[in-house]
Amino acid sequence: MRDPDGPRLFLAECRQRRSGHRGMTTKTRREFIQLLGVGGAVFASGLAGACSRNIRLPGGEAADDFFFVQLSDTHWGFKGPPNPDAANTLREAVAAVNALPHDPDFVVFTGDLTHTTDDDAERRRRMQEFKGIVGELRVKTHRFMPGEHDASLDRGKAYEENFGATHYSFDHKGVHFAVLDNVSDPAAAIGDAQLDWLHRDLTPIKPDAPIVVFTHRPLFDLYPQWDWATKDGARAIDLLQHWKNVTVFYGHIHQEHHFTTGQIAHHAAKSLIFPLPPPGSQPKRAPVPWDPAHPGRGLGFRDAATDEARANWRLTEHSVERTAMPAAARAY
Amino acid sequence: MGALLLAALLAASAPESTPERVVVITAKKFDFTPAAIELKVGVPVVLELHSGDRKHGFTAPDLKVDAAIEAGGVTRVRIVPDKAGTFEFHCNVFCGSGHEEMTGQIVVTP
Repeated sequence: MRDPDGPRLFLAECRQRRSGHRGMTTKTRREFIQLLGVGGAVFASGLAGACSRNIRLPGGEAADDFFFVQLSDTHWGFKGPPNPDAANTLREAVAAVNALPHDPDFVVFTGDLTHTTDDDAERRRRMQEFKGIVGELRVKTHRFMPGEHDASLDRGKAYEENFGATHYSFDHKGVHFAVLDNVSDPAAAIGDAQLDWLHRDLTPIKPDAPIVVFTHRPLFDLYPQWDWATKDGARAIDLLQHWKNVTVFYGHIHQEHHFTTGQIAHHAAKSLIFPLPPPGSQPKRAPVPWDPAHPGRGLGFRDAATDEARANWRLTEHSVERTAMPAAARAY
Repeated sequence: MGALLLAALLAASAPESTPERVVVITAKKFDFTPAAIELKVGVPVVLELHSGDRKHGFTAPDLKVDAAIEAGGVTRVRIVPDKAGTFEFHCNVFCGSGHEEMTGQIVVTP
Protein backbone atom coordinates (compact mmCIF):
# COMPACT_ATOMS: atom_id res chain seq x y z
CA MET A 1 0.00 0.00 0.00
CA ARG A 2 1.51 3.31 -1.02
CA ASP A 3 1.82 6.23 1.28
CA PRO A 4 -0.10 9.13 -0.32
CA ASP A 5 2.22 11.57 1.41
CA GLY A 6 5.31 9.86 0.08
CA PRO A 7 6.22 12.27 -2.71
CA ARG A 8 5.58 15.32 -0.56
CA LEU A 9 7.61 13.94 2.30
CA PHE A 10 10.43 12.87 0.01
CA LEU A 11 10.73 16.28 -1.57
CA ALA A 12 10.46 17.98 1.78
CA GLU A 13 13.24 15.86 3.12
CA CYS A 14 15.41 16.64 0.11
CA ARG A 15 14.90 20.31 0.80
CA GLN A 16 15.79 19.80 4.43
CA ARG A 17 18.88 17.91 3.40
CA ARG A 18 19.98 20.73 1.15
CA SER A 19 19.34 23.30 3.84
CA GLY A 20 21.19 21.26 6.41
CA HIS A 21 18.14 20.49 8.54
CA ARG A 22 16.53 17.13 9.04
CA GLY A 23 12.98 17.04 10.12
CA MET A 24 10.73 14.46 11.68
CA THR A 25 10.34 12.60 8.39
CA THR A 26 13.85 11.16 8.63
CA LYS A 27 13.79 7.53 9.69
CA THR A 28 16.59 5.41 10.95
CA ARG A 29 17.76 2.43 8.95
CA ARG A 30 16.14 0.15 11.52
CA GLU A 31 12.84 1.99 11.18
CA PHE A 32 13.10 1.68 7.45
CA ILE A 33 13.62 -2.07 7.67
CA GLN A 34 10.61 -2.32 9.96
CA LEU A 35 8.53 -0.47 7.40
CA LEU A 36 9.45 -3.09 4.84
CA GLY A 37 7.57 -5.61 6.90
CA VAL A 38 4.25 -3.81 6.88
CA GLY A 39 3.77 -2.75 3.31
CA GLY A 40 4.59 -3.90 -0.18
CA ALA A 41 6.09 -0.60 -1.19
CA VAL A 42 7.87 1.85 1.03
CA PHE A 43 8.95 5.31 0.06
CA ALA A 44 12.51 6.44 0.22
CA SER A 45 12.19 9.26 2.69
CA GLY A 46 13.59 7.02 5.34
CA LEU A 47 16.17 5.29 3.19
CA ALA A 48 19.57 4.70 4.71
CA GLY A 49 18.75 6.21 8.03
CA ALA A 50 20.91 8.16 10.37
CA CYS A 51 22.16 5.19 12.37
CA SER A 52 25.15 3.39 10.92
CA ARG A 53 25.63 0.19 12.84
CA ASN A 54 28.69 -1.90 13.27
CA ILE A 55 28.09 -5.44 12.11
CA ARG A 56 30.13 -8.61 12.30
CA LEU A 57 31.07 -10.25 9.02
CA PRO A 58 31.50 -14.01 8.53
CA GLY A 59 35.26 -13.60 8.74
CA GLY A 60 34.94 -12.01 12.15
CA GLU A 61 35.87 -8.48 11.21
CA ALA A 62 33.49 -5.62 11.97
CA ALA A 63 32.25 -3.35 9.25
CA ASP A 64 29.74 -0.56 8.87
CA ASP A 65 26.49 -1.21 7.10
CA PHE A 66 26.41 0.51 3.73
CA PHE A 67 24.56 1.07 0.50
CA PHE A 68 25.54 2.07 -3.02
CA VAL A 69 23.68 3.80 -5.83
CA GLN A 70 23.39 2.34 -9.33
CA LEU A 71 22.98 4.67 -12.30
CA SER A 72 22.71 3.10 -15.73
CA ASP A 73 22.41 3.84 -19.41
CA THR A 74 22.79 7.58 -19.23
CA HIS A 75 23.60 7.75 -22.98
CA TRP A 76 25.15 11.19 -22.73
CA GLY A 77 25.04 12.77 -26.20
CA PHE A 78 21.76 11.18 -27.24
CA LYS A 79 19.36 13.44 -29.09
CA GLY A 80 15.94 12.38 -30.27
CA PRO A 81 12.21 12.25 -29.64
CA PRO A 82 12.42 9.48 -27.01
CA ASN A 83 13.92 12.08 -24.67
CA PRO A 84 13.67 15.71 -25.77
CA ASP A 85 15.10 16.68 -22.39
CA ALA A 86 18.22 14.53 -22.74
CA ALA A 87 20.52 17.46 -22.02
CA ASN A 88 19.11 17.71 -18.51
CA THR A 89 18.23 14.17 -17.42
CA LEU A 90 21.69 13.18 -16.24
CA ARG A 91 22.11 16.43 -14.35
CA GLU A 92 18.75 15.88 -12.67
CA ALA A 93 19.79 12.39 -11.65
CA VAL A 94 23.01 13.74 -10.15
CA ALA A 95 20.99 16.30 -8.21
CA ALA A 96 18.60 13.58 -7.04
CA VAL A 97 21.46 11.44 -5.76
CA ASN A 98 22.93 14.46 -4.02
CA ALA A 99 19.52 15.06 -2.45
CA LEU A 100 19.25 11.60 -0.92
CA PRO A 101 18.89 11.83 2.83
CA HIS A 102 22.21 10.07 3.26
CA ASP A 103 25.17 9.55 0.99
CA PRO A 104 25.91 6.14 -0.50
CA ASP A 105 29.38 4.69 -0.08
CA PHE A 106 29.84 4.80 -3.83
CA VAL A 107 28.01 5.27 -7.11
CA VAL A 108 28.28 2.67 -9.86
CA PHE A 109 27.46 3.35 -13.51
CA THR A 110 26.56 0.13 -15.30
CA GLY A 111 27.44 1.10 -18.84
CA ASP A 112 26.29 3.14 -21.81
CA LEU A 113 27.61 6.22 -20.11
CA THR A 114 27.59 7.89 -23.52
CA HIS A 115 25.58 7.42 -26.68
CA THR A 116 27.58 5.97 -29.52
CA THR A 117 29.04 7.96 -32.36
CA ASP A 118 31.24 7.03 -35.32
CA ASP A 119 33.33 10.15 -34.65
CA ASP A 120 36.21 9.22 -32.33
CA ALA A 121 36.75 12.82 -31.26
CA GLU A 122 33.09 13.28 -30.50
CA ARG A 123 33.08 10.04 -28.47
CA ARG A 124 35.90 11.37 -26.32
CA ARG A 125 34.20 14.73 -26.00
CA ARG A 126 31.03 13.06 -24.75
CA MET A 127 33.01 11.06 -22.23
CA GLN A 128 34.68 14.21 -20.96
CA GLU A 129 31.33 15.96 -20.63
CA PHE A 130 29.91 12.96 -18.83
CA LYS A 131 32.80 12.99 -16.38
CA GLY A 132 32.26 16.68 -15.75
CA ILE A 133 28.59 16.18 -14.95
CA VAL A 134 28.99 13.17 -12.67
CA GLY A 135 31.86 15.00 -11.03
CA GLU A 136 29.12 17.08 -9.41
CA LEU A 137 28.10 14.08 -7.33
CA ARG A 138 28.81 14.77 -3.70
CA VAL A 139 30.00 11.18 -3.31
CA LYS A 140 33.38 11.02 -4.96
CA THR A 141 33.87 7.26 -5.19
CA HIS A 142 32.59 6.24 -8.63
CA ARG A 143 32.79 2.84 -10.30
CA PHE A 144 32.44 2.74 -14.06
CA MET A 145 32.08 0.13 -16.75
CA PRO A 146 31.36 0.44 -20.45
CA GLY A 147 28.26 -0.36 -22.41
CA GLU A 148 28.30 -1.22 -26.09
CA HIS A 149 27.65 2.43 -26.93
CA ASP A 150 30.87 3.39 -25.15
CA ALA A 151 33.16 0.62 -26.23
CA SER A 152 31.99 -1.61 -29.07
CA LEU A 153 33.10 0.55 -31.99
CA ASP A 154 36.71 0.92 -30.83
CA ARG A 155 36.96 -2.10 -28.51
CA GLY A 156 37.09 0.11 -25.46
CA LYS A 157 39.99 2.35 -26.49
CA ALA A 158 38.38 5.72 -25.74
CA TYR A 159 36.70 4.31 -22.66
CA GLU A 160 40.00 3.09 -21.21
CA GLU A 161 41.60 6.47 -21.88
CA ASN A 162 38.89 8.18 -19.90
CA PHE A 163 37.79 5.69 -17.26
CA GLY A 164 40.46 3.01 -16.97
CA ALA A 165 40.14 -0.75 -17.14
CA THR A 166 36.93 -2.23 -18.53
CA HIS A 167 37.00 -5.13 -16.07
CA TYR A 168 38.37 -5.17 -12.55
CA SER A 169 37.46 -6.07 -9.00
CA PHE A 170 37.50 -4.41 -5.61
CA ASP A 171 36.49 -5.14 -2.06
CA HIS A 172 34.29 -2.99 0.09
CA LYS A 173 33.27 -3.66 3.68
CA GLY A 174 33.30 -7.41 3.34
CA VAL A 175 31.78 -7.66 -0.13
CA HIS A 176 33.81 -8.65 -3.17
CA PHE A 177 32.80 -6.75 -6.30
CA ALA A 178 33.73 -7.92 -9.81
CA VAL A 179 33.12 -5.76 -12.86
CA LEU A 180 32.71 -7.69 -16.11
CA ASP A 181 33.05 -6.27 -19.61
CA ASN A 182 30.64 -7.90 -22.06
CA VAL A 183 30.63 -5.07 -24.59
CA SER A 184 34.15 -4.26 -25.80
CA ASP A 185 33.77 -7.26 -28.08
CA PRO A 186 31.09 -5.97 -30.48
CA ALA A 187 29.68 -9.49 -30.65
CA ALA A 188 28.85 -9.23 -26.93
CA ALA A 189 31.19 -11.88 -25.62
CA ILE A 190 33.15 -11.80 -22.37
CA GLY A 191 35.88 -13.90 -23.89
CA ASP A 192 38.26 -16.58 -22.66
CA ALA A 193 40.84 -14.22 -21.23
CA GLN A 194 38.39 -12.33 -19.07
CA LEU A 195 36.66 -15.50 -17.92
CA ASP A 196 40.05 -16.87 -16.91
CA TRP A 197 40.70 -13.64 -15.02
CA LEU A 198 37.33 -13.95 -13.27
CA HIS A 199 38.16 -17.49 -12.21
CA ARG A 200 41.52 -16.40 -10.82
CA ASP A 201 39.95 -13.38 -9.14
CA LEU A 202 37.29 -15.42 -7.36
CA THR A 203 39.39 -18.43 -6.45
CA PRO A 204 40.57 -16.93 -3.12
CA ILE A 205 37.01 -15.96 -2.17
CA LYS A 206 35.31 -18.22 0.36
CA PRO A 207 32.31 -20.14 -1.00
CA ASP A 208 29.85 -18.33 1.28
CA ALA A 209 31.36 -14.86 0.95
CA PRO A 210 29.17 -12.13 -0.55
CA ILE A 211 30.00 -11.36 -4.18
CA VAL A 212 28.49 -8.71 -6.39
CA VAL A 213 28.97 -8.64 -10.15
CA PHE A 214 28.47 -5.45 -12.09
CA THR A 215 28.07 -5.72 -15.84
CA HIS A 216 26.20 -4.08 -18.68
CA ARG A 217 24.35 -6.78 -20.55
CA PRO A 218 22.39 -9.53 -18.87
CA LEU A 219 24.56 -12.56 -18.34
CA PHE A 220 21.61 -14.84 -18.93
CA ASP A 221 19.46 -15.11 -22.05
CA LEU A 222 16.81 -12.61 -21.05
CA TYR A 223 15.54 -12.09 -24.59
CA PRO A 224 18.09 -12.83 -27.31
CA GLN A 225 15.55 -11.82 -29.96
CA TRP A 226 16.25 -8.24 -28.82
CA ASP A 227 19.94 -8.77 -28.24
CA TRP A 228 19.35 -8.92 -24.47
CA ALA A 229 21.96 -11.53 -23.72
CA THR A 230 25.71 -12.13 -23.50
CA LYS A 231 27.09 -14.57 -26.03
CA ASP A 232 29.11 -16.52 -23.46
CA GLY A 233 27.23 -15.34 -20.39
CA ALA A 234 26.34 -18.93 -19.49
CA ARG A 235 30.02 -19.63 -18.90
CA ALA A 236 30.21 -16.76 -16.42
CA ILE A 237 27.08 -17.99 -14.66
CA ASP A 238 28.43 -21.54 -14.51
CA LEU A 239 31.56 -20.19 -12.87
CA LEU A 240 29.69 -17.96 -10.42
CA GLN A 241 27.46 -20.84 -9.36
CA HIS A 242 30.36 -22.16 -7.30
CA TRP A 243 29.75 -19.34 -4.82
CA LYS A 244 26.62 -19.30 -2.72
CA ASN A 245 26.00 -15.58 -2.38
CA VAL A 246 26.26 -13.88 -5.75
CA THR A 247 24.20 -10.93 -6.93
CA VAL A 248 24.44 -9.38 -10.39
CA PHE A 249 23.52 -5.77 -11.13
CA TYR A 250 23.31 -4.78 -14.77
CA GLY A 251 21.77 -2.31 -17.24
CA HIS A 252 21.26 -2.41 -21.02
CA ILE A 253 17.52 -3.15 -21.02
CA HIS A 254 16.42 0.28 -19.72
CA GLN A 255 13.98 -1.03 -17.17
CA GLU A 256 13.82 -2.62 -13.76
CA HIS A 257 13.93 -6.39 -14.01
CA HIS A 258 14.63 -9.20 -11.54
CA PHE A 259 15.53 -12.78 -12.32
CA THR A 260 17.34 -15.70 -10.77
CA THR A 261 19.52 -18.38 -12.28
CA GLY A 262 20.15 -21.03 -9.66
CA GLN A 263 21.02 -19.12 -6.51
CA ILE A 264 22.21 -16.04 -8.42
CA ALA A 265 19.98 -12.98 -8.42
CA HIS A 266 20.12 -10.65 -11.43
CA HIS A 267 18.79 -7.09 -11.13
CA ALA A 268 18.50 -4.74 -14.12
CA ALA A 269 18.23 -1.01 -13.53
CA LYS A 270 16.19 1.67 -15.21
CA SER A 271 17.95 3.94 -17.64
CA LEU A 272 18.40 7.69 -17.51
CA ILE A 273 17.62 8.38 -21.15
CA PHE A 274 14.49 6.48 -22.27
CA PRO A 275 12.68 3.34 -21.13
CA LEU A 276 12.37 0.24 -23.29
CA PRO A 277 9.34 -2.05 -23.30
CA PRO A 278 9.25 -5.32 -21.37
CA PRO A 279 11.01 -8.15 -23.20
CA GLY A 280 8.93 -9.52 -26.05
CA SER A 281 5.95 -7.32 -25.23
CA GLN A 282 5.82 -5.86 -28.73
CA PRO A 283 7.24 -6.77 -32.12
CA LYS A 284 10.06 -4.23 -32.12
CA ARG A 285 12.50 -3.17 -29.45
CA ALA A 286 11.62 0.52 -29.71
CA PRO A 287 11.85 3.14 -26.96
CA VAL A 288 8.71 3.88 -24.99
CA PRO A 289 7.50 7.22 -26.41
CA TRP A 290 8.18 10.34 -24.39
CA ASP A 291 5.11 11.52 -22.53
CA PRO A 292 5.12 15.31 -22.23
CA ALA A 293 2.52 15.05 -19.47
CA HIS A 294 4.97 12.95 -17.45
CA PRO A 295 8.52 14.02 -18.30
CA GLY A 296 11.00 11.43 -17.20
CA ARG A 297 8.47 8.66 -16.75
CA GLY A 298 10.17 5.29 -16.61
CA LEU A 299 13.57 6.81 -15.87
CA GLY A 300 15.36 6.46 -12.59
CA PHE A 301 18.10 4.92 -10.52
CA ARG A 302 18.33 2.63 -7.55
CA ASP A 303 20.16 2.17 -4.35
CA ALA A 304 21.13 -1.18 -2.90
CA ALA A 305 21.72 -1.72 0.79
CA THR A 306 23.10 -4.79 2.48
CA ASP A 307 21.44 -6.58 5.31
CA GLU A 308 23.44 -7.45 8.37
CA ALA A 309 24.74 -10.74 7.02
CA ARG A 310 25.53 -9.34 3.57
CA ALA A 311 23.33 -12.17 2.30
CA ASN A 312 20.60 -10.00 0.77
CA TRP A 313 20.25 -6.68 -0.90
CA ARG A 314 17.42 -4.29 -0.27
CA LEU A 315 16.77 -2.34 -3.45
CA THR A 316 15.08 1.02 -3.60
CA GLU A 317 13.99 2.36 -6.96
CA HIS A 318 14.05 6.14 -7.39
CA SER A 319 12.18 7.88 -10.17
CA VAL A 320 13.29 11.07 -11.85
CA GLU A 321 9.84 11.70 -13.25
CA ARG A 322 8.96 15.33 -12.79
CA THR A 323 5.71 14.47 -11.10
CA ALA A 324 7.90 12.99 -8.38
CA MET A 325 6.79 9.40 -8.30
CA PRO A 326 7.98 8.11 -4.98
CA ALA A 327 10.71 5.57 -4.60
CA ALA A 328 9.76 2.06 -3.69
CA ALA A 329 11.86 -0.39 -1.74
CA ARG A 330 11.88 -4.15 -1.79
CA ALA A 331 14.09 -6.74 -0.23
CA TYR A 332 15.72 -9.48 -2.27
CA MET B 1 14.69 -30.74 -29.23
CA GLY B 2 12.04 -28.31 -30.26
CA ALA B 3 14.19 -26.40 -32.66
CA LEU B 4 12.09 -24.97 -35.41
CA LEU B 5 14.71 -25.25 -38.07
CA LEU B 6 17.92 -27.03 -38.72
CA ALA B 7 20.74 -24.65 -39.49
CA ALA B 8 24.27 -25.39 -40.51
CA LEU B 9 27.14 -23.62 -42.14
CA LEU B 10 27.44 -24.78 -45.69
CA ALA B 11 30.31 -26.79 -46.98
CA ALA B 12 32.21 -25.34 -49.90
CA SER B 13 29.42 -26.17 -52.29
CA ALA B 14 26.12 -28.00 -52.38
CA PRO B 15 25.76 -31.12 -54.50
CA GLU B 16 24.96 -30.17 -58.06
CA SER B 17 22.15 -32.69 -58.16
CA THR B 18 20.25 -30.87 -55.41
CA PRO B 19 20.28 -27.21 -56.24
CA GLU B 20 18.82 -25.16 -53.44
CA ARG B 21 17.27 -21.79 -53.41
CA VAL B 22 19.71 -19.05 -52.49
CA VAL B 23 18.53 -15.88 -50.80
CA VAL B 24 21.07 -13.08 -50.97
CA ILE B 25 20.93 -10.67 -48.05
CA THR B 26 23.06 -7.56 -47.77
CA ALA B 27 23.78 -5.98 -44.42
CA LYS B 28 24.72 -2.32 -44.41
CA LYS B 29 24.41 0.26 -41.68
CA PHE B 30 21.64 0.04 -40.53
CA ASP B 31 19.47 -2.21 -42.68
CA PHE B 32 19.18 -5.67 -44.10
CA THR B 33 18.16 -5.90 -47.75
CA PRO B 34 15.77 -7.57 -48.07
CA ALA B 35 14.42 -7.20 -44.55
CA ALA B 36 11.56 -9.65 -45.13
CA ILE B 37 12.24 -13.18 -46.31
CA GLU B 38 9.59 -15.75 -47.17
CA LEU B 39 10.39 -19.44 -46.85
CA LYS B 40 8.39 -22.65 -46.95
CA VAL B 41 8.30 -25.44 -44.44
CA GLY B 42 10.56 -28.30 -45.44
CA VAL B 43 12.20 -26.48 -48.34
CA PRO B 44 15.94 -26.00 -47.87
CA VAL B 45 17.37 -22.57 -48.51
CA VAL B 46 20.78 -21.01 -48.38
CA LEU B 47 21.07 -17.54 -46.88
CA GLU B 48 23.99 -15.83 -48.58
CA LEU B 49 25.04 -12.98 -46.35
CA HIS B 50 27.07 -10.02 -47.61
CA SER B 51 28.23 -6.85 -45.93
CA GLY B 52 28.00 -3.53 -47.70
CA ASP B 53 30.35 -1.73 -45.35
CA ARG B 54 31.68 -3.28 -42.13
CA LYS B 55 31.37 -6.37 -39.99
CA HIS B 56 27.81 -7.20 -39.03
CA GLY B 57 26.03 -10.14 -37.50
CA PHE B 58 22.95 -12.10 -38.51
CA THR B 59 21.08 -13.90 -35.80
CA ALA B 60 17.62 -15.40 -35.65
CA PRO B 61 17.52 -16.91 -32.16
CA ASP B 62 14.24 -18.75 -32.70
CA LEU B 63 15.76 -20.46 -35.72
CA LYS B 64 19.10 -21.19 -34.06
CA VAL B 65 20.90 -19.13 -36.66
CA ASP B 66 23.90 -17.04 -35.58
CA ALA B 67 26.49 -15.92 -38.11
CA ALA B 68 29.05 -13.18 -38.52
CA ILE B 69 29.23 -11.24 -41.77
CA GLU B 70 32.75 -10.01 -42.38
CA ALA B 71 33.37 -6.91 -44.45
CA GLY B 72 34.19 -8.03 -47.96
CA GLY B 73 33.33 -11.63 -47.23
CA VAL B 74 30.39 -13.93 -47.80
CA THR B 75 28.76 -16.13 -45.19
CA ARG B 76 26.43 -18.90 -46.22
CA VAL B 77 23.92 -20.46 -43.88
CA ARG B 78 21.71 -23.39 -44.86
CA ILE B 79 18.38 -23.76 -43.14
CA VAL B 80 15.44 -26.11 -43.51
CA PRO B 81 12.31 -24.66 -41.97
CA ASP B 82 10.29 -27.28 -40.13
CA LYS B 83 7.54 -25.10 -38.78
CA ALA B 84 5.51 -22.13 -39.95
CA GLY B 85 5.69 -18.79 -38.24
CA THR B 86 7.24 -15.34 -38.23
CA PHE B 87 10.75 -15.16 -36.84
CA GLU B 88 12.79 -12.05 -36.13
CA PHE B 89 16.41 -11.60 -37.09
CA HIS B 90 18.77 -8.81 -36.22
CA CYS B 91 22.38 -7.68 -36.34
CA ASN B 92 24.20 -8.85 -33.24
CA VAL B 93 27.54 -7.18 -33.88
CA PHE B 94 27.27 -3.65 -32.60
CA CYS B 95 27.71 -1.35 -35.58
CA GLY B 96 26.68 2.15 -34.53
CA SER B 97 23.86 4.46 -33.61
CA GLY B 98 21.25 2.62 -35.67
CA HIS B 99 22.32 -0.87 -34.64
CA GLU B 100 19.24 -1.48 -32.53
CA GLU B 101 16.97 -0.89 -35.53
CA MET B 102 18.84 -3.26 -37.83
CA THR B 103 16.24 -6.00 -37.90
CA GLY B 104 14.16 -8.12 -40.24
CA GLN B 105 11.72 -11.01 -40.39
CA ILE B 106 11.67 -14.51 -41.80
CA VAL B 107 8.16 -15.63 -42.58
CA VAL B 108 7.79 -19.40 -42.97
CA THR B 109 4.60 -20.57 -44.63
CA PRO B 110 3.18 -24.11 -44.72
